[in-house]
Amino acid sequence: MTEVTPSLGAGAPRASPTRPLATLPRPRSVVTDLAIHPLTLRLLTALLLFGGWEYAGRLPVSPAFPGFIETMGAVAEMMADGSLPQALLVTLEPLALGLAISAFLGIAVGVGMGLSRTTEWLLAPPFIIMQAAPLAALIPLLVFAYGIGLTAKVLVVCIMAMPVIVLNSYGAIRQTPASLVEMGRSFLGSRQAIIVKIMLPSASPVIFAGLRLGSAAAFIGAILAELLITPTGIGDLITYNQAIAEYPKMYAAIFSVIVLSVLFIEGLGRIEAMIFRREGRTA
Amino acid sequence: MTAMATRERASTDDAPIIEARAVSKIYDGGTEALNDITLDFPRGKMTTLLGPSGCGKTTLLKIIAGLIPATSGEVRVSGRPVTGPGPDRAFVFQDFALMPWASVLRNVAFGLELRGVDQAQREAVARRYIGEVGLAGFEDRHPHELSGGMRQRVGLARALAVDADVLLMDEPFSSVDEQTRRKFQEDMLRLLSVEKKTVVFVTHSIEEAVYLSDRIVLLSRRPSRVSEIIEPDIQRGDDPDAIRRHPAYLDTVESIWQGLKRYLD
Repeated sequence: MTEVTPSLGAGAPRASPTRPLATLPRPRSVVTDLAIHPLTLRLLTALLLFGGWEYAGRLPVSPAFPGFIETMGAVAEMMADGSLPQALLVTLEPLALGLAISAFLGIAVGVGMGLSRTTEWLLAPPFIIMQAAPLAALIPLLVFAYGIGLTAKVLVVCIMAMPVIVLNSYGAIRQTPASLVEMGRSFLGSRQAIIVKIMLPSASPVIFAGLRLGSAAAFIGAILAELLITPTGIGDLITYNQAIAEYPKMYAAIFSVIVLSVLFIEGLGRIEAMIFRREGRTA
Repeated sequence: MTAMATRERASTDDAPIIEARAVSKIYDGGTEALNDITLDFPRGKMTTLLGPSGCGKTTLLKIIAGLIPATSGEVRVSGRPVTGPGPDRAFVFQDFALMPWASVLRNVAFGLELRGVDQAQREAVARRYIGEVGLAGFEDRHPHELSGGMRQRVGLARALAVDADVLLMDEPFSSVDEQTRRKFQEDMLRLLSVEKKTVVFVTHSIEEAVYLSDRIVLLSRRPSRVSEIIEPDIQRGDDPDAIRRHPAYLDTVESIWQGLKRYLD
């Protein structure tokens, strides 16, 4: 299955025989090609992970730890009876609301901080503290103030997701290349035109990266809220099935929310790559 | 000073287009960049600001551009004092300052876009200048797909597209490799002989200054003063390659080098 041998025929007189052999592409078989294909590697990782899980489940590590196959069985069952999609939808409500609010407000506040020193002085310290602090500790306070309804859960999602979105947007605006702003000024751009046509497009890859990180944090916030405030949606499936010792179902719920989160973040990453790779920019 | 056509500020017949009067610049940190610079830039000529690195050449150029204010003194362009950027001046940036997210076409048309020229009109103008700088066919590419030399051609086309009287060029070739730079210099001379612009060109390359300019202003070390003005006695318009072999070219390069040497440690 070798593909390259220096041809010395009349048709290719320039394929010089003095070319050192070391620079030739090494002959490769279809098998090795397939073996190092990224998809193969990914499948292999998955196989190892799920195989290990199944093995640990069969040992068993603990009676409360079902294997992979058993868990998948529970996933199928809960998909069939509709309880899993139903729960995901319920969880999605505070998640989507909180993420939307965090995105709009977070980008606005971050961009504002990037543009004005006053806003920066006013708002940067709280957001820096928010990003560093374990905000889950605030959840009892939120419940005290807003009750156990949707508001408190949306707020939990917001306090998890917003800081990183704000700080990324702020940093992105601050890092606009000075010469691009100077260019805008020298070609008589108004302040507004410079912000809209230069600073925002320049900042967008980093703002987008902030959104992706914020989304990951929002998933954590949504599940935290359901586990710590009132069990609804996926949080309900987890706590309820734990309480009645239906461990496969409990793990099915956990598994499904992880899959959803990974798919969502991966989707955002794809969109990001699609937009910015065309422009030669990587976020 | 030398046998060359070295003159004190020659008073030209027509009024200079740019007049710098006692311009000084002290930065906030206390760095004194320019000290009492008085200079005229004749209309339609290419004047080079030449001097050691960090001597304030770029500072003077940006003051003329209206991008930074002078601490004292005044710059007038066509008789009007400079208070900020204006439509009579266009800037070419050292690092090109192209928008990576925009196509070549949009980058070149951007000056007109900021001025509110409608899309069809500004793109027609941009296409013309993209052709003139030799980038026809690259309209829809993005800057990352171009070489350094090509990127600076985009920067030049953008400056030409706004049809300003004065082109201010800040070390435009410093991040372009040597071969590309020579070709670009030749092309630029050809283009500027058609366009009839007044050019102020900042460089630290003596060869580049002598090759390109009608007038060379030598600046001393920071705080900058005008140390000498040289008008190379070189016939332009002939074969561009011939200039580099011209004895006057070589002599001017040598005499400037002798003059600048004393500013180096």
